[in-house]
Amino acid sequence: MTVNLIGLGRDVYKGLPTTLCAGCGHNSITNHLIKALFEYGVQPHKLAKMSGIGCSSKTPAYFVEQAHGFNGVHGRMPSAATGAKLANRELMVLGISGDGDTASIGLGQFVHMVRRNLDIVYIVENNGVYGLTKGQFSATADVGSTLKNGTPNEYSTIDICGLAIELGATFVARSFSGDGKQLVPMLQAAFSHRGTSIIDIISPCVTFNDHTGSTKSYSYVKDHELVANMPDFIRPREEVTVDYEPGTVQRVTLEDGAQVLLRKVDRDYDATDRIGALRTIHESRAQGEFVTGLLFVDPNVPDLCEREKMIEKPLKDLNEEDLRISREAWTTLFD
Amino acid sequence: MQQRSVNDFTIRVATVNGSGSQSSNLVLTNAIFRMGIPVAPKNVFPSNIEGLPTWFDVRVSSKGYQCRTREIDVLVALNAATWRTDAASVRPGGVIVHEATYPVSGEAQRDDVTYYAVPFNELAKANFKDGALRKYLLNMIYVGVLAELLGIDEATIEAAIGTQFKRKPSAVTTNMDAARLGFVHTREQLTKRDAFALERIAGPTDGLVFMDGNRAAALGCIMGGCTVAAWYPITPSSSLCESFIQLADKYRVDKTTGEKNVAVVQAEDELAAIGMVFGAGWAGARAMTSTSGPGLSLMAEWAGYGYYAEVPGVIFDVQRAGPSTGLPTRTMQGDVAFAYQLSHGDTKHIVLLPATVQEAYEMAMDAFDLADRFQTPVFVLSDLDLGMNSWMTKPLPYPERPFDRGKVLGEKDLNRLESWGRYRDVDHDGVPYRTLPGTNHSSAGFFTRGTGHDEEARYSEQPDVWQRNLDRLVRKHDTARMAVPQPVTDERQNAIGLLAYGTTHHAIVEARDELRKDGIEVDYMRVRALPFSSDIAAFVRRHDRVYVVEQNRDGQVYGLLRAELPQHLIGRLHSIRHYNGVPIDAHAVIDPLLAAERQPAVVAE
Ligand SMILES: Cc1ncc(C[n+]2csc(CCOP(=O)(O)OP(=O)(O)O)c2C)c(N)n1
Ligand code: SF4
Ligand SMILES: [Mg+2]
Repeated sequence: MTVNLIGLGRDVYKGLPTTLCAGCGHNSITNHLIKALFEYGVQPHKLAKMSGIGCSSKTPAYFVEQAHGFNGVHGRMPSAATGAKLANRELMVLGISGDGDTASIGLGQFVHMVRRNLDIVYIVENNGVYGLTKGQFSATADVGSTLKNGTPNEYSTIDICGLAIELGATFVARSFSGDGKQLVPMLQAAFSHRGTSIIDIISPCVTFNDHTGSTKSYSYVKDHELVANMPDFIRPREEVTVDYEPGTVQRVTLEDGAQVLLRKVDRDYDATDRIGALRTIHESRAQGEFVTGLLFVDPNVPDLCEREKMIEKPLKDLNEEDLRISREAWTTLFD
Repeated sequence: MQQRSVNDFTIRVATVNGSGSQSSNLVLTNAIFRMGIPVAPKNVFPSNIEGLPTWFDVRVSSKGYQCRTREIDVLVALNAATWRTDAASVRPGGVIVHEATYPVSGEAQRDDVTYYAVPFNELAKANFKDGALRKYLLNMIYVGVLAELLGIDEATIEAAIGTQFKRKPSAVTTNMDAARLGFVHTREQLTKRDAFALERIAGPTDGLVFMDGNRAAALGCIMGGCTVAAWYPITPSSSLCESFIQLADKYRVDKTTGEKNVAVVQAEDELAAIGMVFGAGWAGARAMTSTSGPGLSLMAEWAGYGYYAEVPGVIFDVQRAGPSTGLPTRTMQGDVAFAYQLSHGDTKHIVLLPATVQEAYEMAMDAFDLADRFQTPVFVLSDLDLGMNSWMTKPLPYPERPFDRGKVLGEKDLNRLESWGRYRDVDHDGVPYRTLPGTNHSSAGFFTRGTGHDEEARYSEQPDVWQRNLDRLVRKHDTARMAVPQPVTDERQNAIGLLAYGTTHHAIVEARDELRKDGIEVDYMRVRALPFSSDIAAFVRRHDRVYVVEQNRDGQVYGLLRAELPQHLIGRLHSIRHYNGVPIDAHAVIDPLLAAERQPAVVAE
């Protein structure tokens, strides 16, 4: 049996059998996550799987069964994740959400989680519709994209990556559920990033949004993807063994010493340029395309726990002696 | 001159908010308290930052009554806008100290009160050069006037000013000078013509301190081991979290490293605040949020999640007058039924009902223990009257009990156990065992969800599984019945019983004494928590008629009792309600009770 760095087999990273539709993009993402978590060597007991409500939000049940999961209420996962991280900053918090969960009902919490730079890997399984309630438009549907019955969306689109960058997010990426090559190292880089990592993954809903006229269908995505870069993940102290042609790679060192090497693909893209990233997102959308890759990263921003000057020890482990005012100090309160 | 009235009357100071009268009001309160006379200050203020009328009532009561009085004996009128109505509100035989330029005419002209016209503005203008300071110091002049009229000596006022400006010693002299202007003016220009007086007494206030309920609750959070607080500002609860922050900045910071063993987040709204509380509670920290009615409304969905997924969390609701935005700066016991059943589906919570500052402190600590023990949200329902007014209290006792962290399985327990299931009722008390994220054991993890689940926390839509779980939750609720703070009774086999909770208590105390004077003895049970203790049914059984007194329009606890008590006892319950936004007074209890007792037909309903 092949084992990972911490001696665990791949099976440990699996979950219950999926109950989603066959062919659903969310299932592919689950498989890529299993691979990324296994290869990275995440300790199951340190993992906190958080989600909201939706088909996408069900998926934490389908990987790392041993880990604790928290399937909360619709759109409010960011707040629960914030609380969990504050209670125990040793946890690796992994949030799974949908485009409805994030961009409609949960937009407020999403925005404020990003502002606080909560240390979380936040995945949006983005299919442009509400899958679980049977195919209504979500706020990430493109203008002109149609429902199955032909109704077009007339309202402007929320671009999760664009919004996150605007809000000051420190790690923003986009990928496609079918692209494990790009997604797995991207996820691993996010695991190493300290702060909010937003990964917007286009994940077609085969049942309600995979028709002609939809801009989140498998075929549309294949024809309109613009790849900004392909990440390679190099763990801390690991040597870079591949030779890259000079000028073709951007190297970013993450908080824990890991590196992400960004191979340039369609264009010369700088993932540390916030304004440039926004421009690329807007320009590509204007052309009916969507850009993928690690779009923006700034590894040097303190996260919520650091800004709050919290002690390293998990708050959940503190006892009466740590937390109560001393008897001597107590009496002075009533002088 | 009428008969002297010593140490038993109510003073009202009418000012404009934002004029800085608060310090003067507190100096007056503290000075009387220093004379050994019990006082109960109540701030009746507007939802506004500057310019609207505000009143500060100081009840002076040798017997120590802490509730509001309906009648005002001594008025200090410093608000031109409310001058006429303020003057009209004084009880016959009362006193009106007013700004000399206010016209004593029309409604404000009475022949049954004593007027003292004082040129406050002129005195202030002549004596305080600094225009910005003037309006504050003007208020201190009234303190001097009142002190001289009622018999508080200069040394006592000086001591009270010293306490008020403890952190700003430079302000003591200027304020004392202002007060002295009032003393001197009164001695030289006014002749005492009224019956009200304060006289030093020994005993009743010895060893007592002033504190508001919100600070007491914050202290309870600190001593109860709260490490995560998430809040969204709302009157009258803001000062609870603000006090917590203050205390945490002082007592939860490592002096050498500056690191904190607490996290406080000002959330984007109450949905987020409660979400953070449950996230933290799930991960094993003691977490709380504080809010008031509108915020509680926003927390409804999460509250049901906490109940059904069984996640601990503490929610303070400092109640204000609703519905809707209502009267944000007025008081009510309006959220009890809502909090008890907060969320859709069959949901029933633990709700604690503090009546005093000491209970605000103790029940805060209780709340964390109960939340952990029962793995559920616990609501602490105080109100504006308790939360924001200063009350005399004994110094709060140091907690002697360790935390009760409830049924948590660690790595060692899991090694010992052959198997475990998150929602199994192993102990037949309805309370299951849980594990915390981070527990290093392959069987520790489980999936917490608000969707249907079985004993092993697996998703299930099975009718029998679903119903079994709901029934277990009822069992848990029943276990909580006798674990929550139990009712306090004062009973002497009378036919009539009073039942009340929270701050209504203070009106009941006075009402019972008054009724006794009329020859009517009534027993009293003070309920301190939901779910109802079985003692309550027993109390009702021992009485012919039980009047449930509360500060809301619809008789919320009366309604809950009707729903939960045995059928044959329901006819014994009667409802007395007070809901005008200001704290309940004794007459709001006595009058309806006497009316009902005199009309048996109505009593029978
Ligand atoms: C408060 C609330 N409102 C509505 C719903 C119904 N609901 C369940 S999932 C969902 C939409 C989910 O969409 P998305 O997040 O995009 O997930 P997907 O199913 O597409 O993966 C809605 C509206 C709910 N569960 N809670
Ligand atoms: S409805 Fe759509 S999103 Fe939901 S499981 Fe099926 S394919 Fe996936
Ligand atoms: Mg969706």
